[in-house]
Amino acid sequence: MTTDTAPILPTFDDTTTDRKLAIICSKGTLDMAYPGLILANAALGEGVETHIFFTFWGFDLVNKKTMHDLKFTMLGNTATHMPQGLGGLPGMTAMATSRLKKSIAEVGVPEVPELLEQIVDSGGHLWACRMSAEMNHLTMDDLTDGVEAIISAGDFIEKTEGAQVIFV
Amino acid sequence: MPVTTIAGHDVHVDDEGFLTSYEEWDEGLAKALAEQIGIDLGEEHLEVLRFLREDFTQKGETATLRRVSTVAGVPTKRLFELFPKKPAKKMAYVAGLPKPRGCV
Repeated sequence: MTTDTAPILPTFDDTTTDRKLAIICSKGTLDMAYPGLILANAALGEGVETHIFFTFWGFDLVNKKTMHDLKFTMLGNTATHMPQGLGGLPGMTAMATSRLKKSIAEVGVPEVPELLEQIVDSGGHLWACRMSAEMNHLTMDDLTDGVEAIISAGDFIEKTEGAQVIFV
Repeated sequence: MPVTTIAGHDVHVDDEGFLTSYEEWDEGLAKALAEQIGIDLGEEHLEVLRFLREDFTQKGETATLRRVSTVAGVPTKRLFELFPKKPAKKMAYVAGLPKPRGCV
């Protein structure tokens, strides 16, 4: 047992945090939606300025028509350790999706739209890729409210100057 | 476990400074802990702390931000205002609880 004169305090490093994170979400499957969003949420909780760029299939995460209906398939994913042929049977994708959703809910993690809302409430910035929007003829009206703007790749690179990058 | 003195209270803490004995905490100490990290504790903070303390006795672990917002009903935005930058860790510290271990 020791007694110190200066109190032992956690260092929250408020003044020194100038970390910035750029996360690129390029996949539109349920399983690949989570890694980027969980990391974004964790970074925001640590006081890190966080920007997410939704591009190509990642656009599905912020498209109001698809964001509530992301799917998970066993096909092409050997990490399920099931025979690949099974994945192609009718109804398998729906079953795999509902099982994954259940496991995610069990650990207290919300569905994608709600997680995005939490990220925005925590101060995260959501950006949609201009090229993906144009390819699919989508505008801001098609995107969830938290998205700040549709921007070019160049704009995103500019906004995230000095940031650490995570590509998903 | 080291013992440290905060505003005249001797408390057991871990290496980082988080309190390790649940019963050594009271609301007077919370005020002193908050002051150490630059927070002027008000009634709204205290309501969050009371929820965290109560929830800890039931769950055996510190509630995450998401749990505080969904179960206690304090919006995430407000938590970031009350406990700036690192709300989950700061809430836990001032509540005299361990850091939350959940990811979301």
